[in-house]
Amino acid sequence: MASLKELKGRINSVKSTQKITKAKQMVAAAKLRRAQAAAEAARPYAERLSGVMASLAGMVSGDSAPKLLAGTGSDKRHLLVVVNTDKGLCGGLNSNIVKAAKVKARALIAEGKDVKFYLVGKKGRAPIKRDFANNIEKHFDTSTVRNPGFEEAEAIADDLIERFEKGEFDVAHLVYPIFQSALAQDPTVDQLIPVPSPEGGATGGDAVVEYEPGEEEILEELLPRYVKTQLFGALLEREASEQGASMTAMDNATRNAGDLINKLTIQYNRSRQAAITTELIEIIAGAEAL
Amino acid sequence: MALHFELVTPAKLVRSEDVHMVVVPGTEGEFGVLEGHAPFMSTIRDGAVQVYKTEGAAPETIEVRGGFAEVGENGLTVLAEHVDG
Repeated sequence: MASLKELKGRINSVKSTQKITKAKQMVAAAKLRRAQAAAEAARPYAERLSGVMASLAGMVSGDSAPKLLAGTGSDKRHLLVVVNTDKGLCGGLNSNIVKAAKVKARALIAEGKDVKFYLVGKKGRAPIKRDFANNIEKHFDTSTVRNPGFEEAEAIADDLIERFEKGEFDVAHLVYPIFQSALAQDPTVDQLIPVPSPEGGATGGDAVVEYEPGEEEILEELLPRYVKTQLFGALLEREASEQGASMTAMDNATRNAGDLINKLTIQYNRSRQAAITTELIEIIAGAEAL
Repeated sequence: MALHFELVTPAKLVRSEDVHMVVVPGTEGEFGVLEGHAPFMSTIRDGAVQVYKTEGAAPETIEVRGGFAEVGENGLTVLAEHVDG
């Protein structure tokens, strides 16, 4: 049986933990709204861009298609771009992303492909290193900026495209969480490079569109931009997912701390009462003996 | 008689309004878009997009960097990477 002093110490420590989790929960709730708004604001651009992509990709085909669209011709070396958060305290979000990435990696390895990792965000490093220590290409650090934005997406995309042009990999996949709600963030695996040809791209029928300079030139400019937009979207989704997951996890933690405090307080009061009773018995027994 | 004009950046939808004419700095020269323009697509260079709200009105200029413009049935859409101001 723990002493009264020990119990009191534990109650106090749980109380201060609860304060921290509560504060984190409220911060996450406030940030979530902003992150969600940002993710929604980015959608029109992505939609327009894939619309244009679809109509263009149908037109430029065959040998003239740029490498980013057609691929290198082989699919031996795969690169997994895994987008994790920089901070913890967000429940199972990061382990879910890592799990999805590992499943994909194992499936590719089973098919006899080479797999490399390109990690964005701090929290994916350790768990992926544990299983695939030799396969990590690069860590991209996003923790130095407060709100990773388009510049970061641009930097990642430029780096990826450069590596692709140098022939360091054939296919790139993007693993990132999609924000469904504060309770659900689904890790998703999308093909990033070569850019998957949009389906149903055959517009036909439409009036003839004039291109300036030409279809191919536009497409060549468009593809890197499309990769950037994909990465930017992933970063925004990650931000919203992180805050959402953090809010839920911290809500749970606060509630658990509350339960624990109640239990400990009951235990504390019981032992206090027991101590008083023993003391009383001792006094009465002493008085009676006289 | 109005042209539907949309200016979109990755971060947000900057403009979505009906205007008279827009002058876009295309890579191969500036071009003005009025209502009923033929379907057209062009990359743009860094420069100012001039928006004429009504005929003869003083243009409003918006600095854009990197992107492309698309003219379709539902008006003009400018997808720019950065917009200043």
